[in-house]
Parts: sequence; C-alpha cells; structure tokens
Amino acid sequence: MPDVTIPGLVLAAILVNNVVFAQFLGICPYLGVSKRLDTALGMGMAVVFVMVMAVAITWPIQHYLLAPGALGEEIDLSYLSTIAFILVIASLVQLVEIVLKKVLPALYQALGIYLPLITTNCAILGVAILAHRQQLSFLQGLIFAAASAVGFILAIMLFAGLRESLEQRDVPESLAGAPIAFITAGILAMAFMGFAGLGG
Amino acid sequence: MTETPRELTVTSSPHLAGEDSVPRIMHGVWLALLPAAFAAVFVFGYQALVVLLLATLGCVIAEGLMLTLRGFSWKAVGRSLTDGSAIVTGVLLALNLPASSPWWLVLVGALVAMSLGKHLFGGLGNNPFNPALVARVFLLISFPTHMVASAYTPPVAGFGESSEKAAARYEEQVDARSYATPLTALQEAIEKSDPEEARAAIAELRRNYPMWHLFVGNIGGSLGEVSALALLLGALLLFWRRSITWHIPIPLLLAVLLTTGLPWLLAPDSFANPLFHLLSGGLLLGAFFMATDMVTSPVSPRGMVVFGVGIGVITAVIRLWGGYPEGISFAILMMNGAVPLLDKYFKPAKFGAAGRRT
Repeated sequence: MPDVTIPGLVLAAILVNNVVFAQFLGICPYLGVSKRLDTALGMGMAVVFVMVMAVAITWPIQHYLLAPGALGEEIDLSYLSTIAFILVIASLVQLVEIVLKKVLPALYQALGIYLPLITTNCAILGVAILAHRQQLSFLQGLIFAAASAVGFILAIMLFAGLRESLEQRDVPESLAGAPIAFITAGILAMAFMGFAGLGG
Repeated sequence: MTETPRELTVTSSPHLAGEDSVPRIMHGVWLALLPAAFAAVFVFGYQALVVLLLATLGCVIAEGLMLTLRGFSWKAVGRSLTDGSAIVTGVLLALNLPASSPWWLVLVGALVAMSLGKHLFGGLGNNPFNPALVARVFLLISFPTHMVASAYTPPVAGFGESSEKAAARYEEQVDARSYATPLTALQEAIEKSDPEEARAAIAELRRNYPMWHLFVGNIGGSLGEVSALALLLGALLLFWRRSITWHIPIPLLLAVLLTTGLPWLLAPDSFANPLFHLLSGGLLLGAFFMATDMVTSPVSPRGMVVFGVGIGVITAVIRLWGGYPEGISFAILMMNGAVPLLDKYFKPAKFGAAGRRT
C-alpha cells in the first residue's frame, strides 16, 4: 500500500490529475453531452455511480484472480486485465441497470440513457486500471474513483456552462459549434495546468 | 434632409444615457496602467520599454488583422482599433511578461491574445477568457524557459545579436543586481526538505525582501509585478472613474490574506507572512486590472464576490502547495471558465418580483 493521505489522494484526483483536463480520458461524453447543463449533470452522476462500481468489482478481480501469483506460483494472468475489466464492467452495469429499473425506478429515471452510455467509456476503464496501477488499497481505490468522478463533474459542468453561453456569442460562422468547443476545452485545460505539482 | 429639433425627437426609453462607452472605459484602463508601466521602465530600463511598445503594437496589428480576416469593413476595423481595447490587452500582456522576453515571444503572445483569446470567440465582448491571460498562460506552458524564474536574470540577445555577445554586453552594462523573484525564492525555501534549512531560508527571504521594497517595487519579476505602489495608484484611478467596484478585488485580496494567513499563524517560521503574499507577484495586477475585466467577470454583485473569493483561494493554494510559484493567472482563467455558471446561479432578483419571505 503506497503512502498516500486521503485528502492528498482526493485533491490529486479532482484537480491535479483531473480525468478530463490532465489525462484526457472520457473526452467523448465530455464533448458529447456538454451542450446543456442538465444533461451534463445527469452524465456526471452516472459517471460517479459507474466509476465507483467499476473499481469495486475490478479491484477484487485484479487482486484475487489476475495478479501474478494469485492463483498459483507460476500463474500470471495480468495480461488479461484490460479485456477482463471491459467485460466485467459492461456486464455489471447491464445487470445493475436491470435491477435498478425494478428496484429503484426513480434513480433509473434520473440516470436515464447515461448509464449504458458511460459503461464502455475510457474514463471508467482508465480509472479502474489506474487504481490498481497506483497499488491503492480497496478503500483508497473507491475514494480515488469517487474523487475522479467529482473531477469529471467539475470539468463537464464548467464546460457545459461555457458552451451554453457560447451560443449567445458572436462566434465566427466557420468556428461555431464543435471547433469553438474544442478551443474552449483547450483553454480550460491550460488553466488547470496551474495545479500541476500541487502537493507534490 | 433637415435635422429634427431635439425637443421633437420621439424615441422609446431609455431616455437617459450614461456616459460610459467602450472607448471611455478602455482608454481609462490603459491610462490607469501607465504608473505601473513607468515603474517597470524605471526598474528594468529600456528592455521594459521595448516589451511594452512591442506588445501594444503587436496587439493592435493583430486586432486589425483578425478583424480584416473576419470580413469587417475598413470603417468598422478603424472604429475597433481606436476603441482602446487592443491597447489594454497589449499593455496588460507586456506587464505579464519578464523584461528579458525576446521579441518573438512578445509577438507570439500578442497574436495568441488576439486570436485564441478574443476573435475566435467573436471579438470584443464575446470572449469568455481574458485575452492577455490566455496569452500569458499559453506562453508560460509553451516556452517555460523564457517565462519562469531563470528568465528574470539572464540577458537576451537583441535583434541579430549572438547570445554570447549579448551576455558580454549585459555584463558591461549591468547597473543593477538582479535576482530571483520573491515568489520563486519563497518556493525554493518552502521546498527544502530539511525543516531547519527551510526556516533559515524563510528568514533570509525576510531580510532580502523588506516590505518597503516589495511595496515600492525594487524587486525582480514580470513588468507589472514590481511596484505595488504604482498598481494601487492605477487602481485608485479606476475606482474614481467607477470602472471597477470593490466586489471582485477586495474579496479576492481578503481570500488570499486568509488562506495564506492561516498556515502562517500556525507556523510563522515556515511560511511567508500574508502581507508578503499580498505585495509580491502579480496579485495586485491581477486583482485590480485582470479579474475585473467586465467581459469575463460575473454580472451580479453576489456572483462577483464568489468569483473574487474563488480566484483568491486558488491563487493562494497554487502559491503555497503548487508546482508554479505564482497562480493568479491560472486562477483567473479558471474562474473565467466558471463565470457562466456563476451568472446562472447568482441571478439578481427581477425588479418587482415577489421575494422569498424569510
């Protein structure tokens, strides 16, 4: 277990190594559903949910099945982790979706289409892999996942607000829409570079 | 056609127009920046003057270029060039650069400010981020060797001059001792792993940078970082002309004082005192001249206060624990990004709307 403090871990995941601004993971939902604030928030919530679930399920799999020496002296299945994680996360979320629909229809309605959408997102897989690459404990992994998701919410909410306001601005026709969104995202990422080395 | 007599003109409201206009505000801002510019030229000599002129000229030319590319008529281009907004961005950009900036760095900055920072979003009034700061952060992360601590001391070759020759010339002409900026020195002190050494470094820092020097401006730094006195003079002018209100700068400065003051109260030996933070770096320049940019700050007073506090806290956090010695430019850019959200959540109550009973 590495020597990290919980506040340090949380701050690093939200600000310094922000999934979107610093690691460029999860760019597809970041650009895809940031046109309006409410959809952005819905997506953010789905990310929190799925990210924590994903780490909760992949951590034991990595540790008790795939890690070198977990199943026996000579067995090393760590090369399987990427494909195993994808498979497990996708099927898990499908399962959770079915259960939610029956048990908690309100939450299911709130997360809506974003739940299946986010399942195969690179940010989810990325955080699951990062959690075990940093050799975090199970609890640290869950906190890391939640904090990363909060970082994603921060990024997508800022961006959605900007994009909503951009619609009222006199953006040159050739740049309206996606191009100016990319430029805005770039400037935001530049601003967040100010946190580089925070606490390090 | 005969002119209708004033008394007979019929128009809809409003009938009382304020005297504020874009040229009046913009020309006021760069006038208010002149004391700081003079201080910079006084401290750094002709190099500072070259940077100032180059940045201003570069911004004006880039503005003209962008407007022409966007297909404006000559008349509209002329009107935009004389409204003073490009001059403000140019002077602000220069004040954000070290005096030793090579000429191309200044020109790249001017082009980035006017294109990426302003005209890609639709020009004056449409840019979500402060153009001068977009340029500064762009240069800071693209050409770190020219923008960080070491850039404040070594000589830079002039037009067509080899760097060795420039170094020799510099040795001959040097008439002032140059050293690291106060904030860089502070960061080096904080990062010492041995607590004893760190304490000694902080004590030395206190000797090297008496408050009076920080206030008057006898220190190293970017052009606009040297003289707190000159910046305050300019800020007073802006307050007097009502171009800015207290809602952004004062909460911002208070937030920096509080955030840097708490650790200092707990361990006065290992942290610089809050006054040092207040007077060093680009804090005053940012607080009074860049965070208050009307276009890129919130509309409502409550939003402004939150905006200011946010900038202050982020600045202090980057200074105390971050990898960069100074954080104000990053902080303002980040909060610029949050302005649409602040405007949304801190809407002023509609006139005549029933208020919530409390």
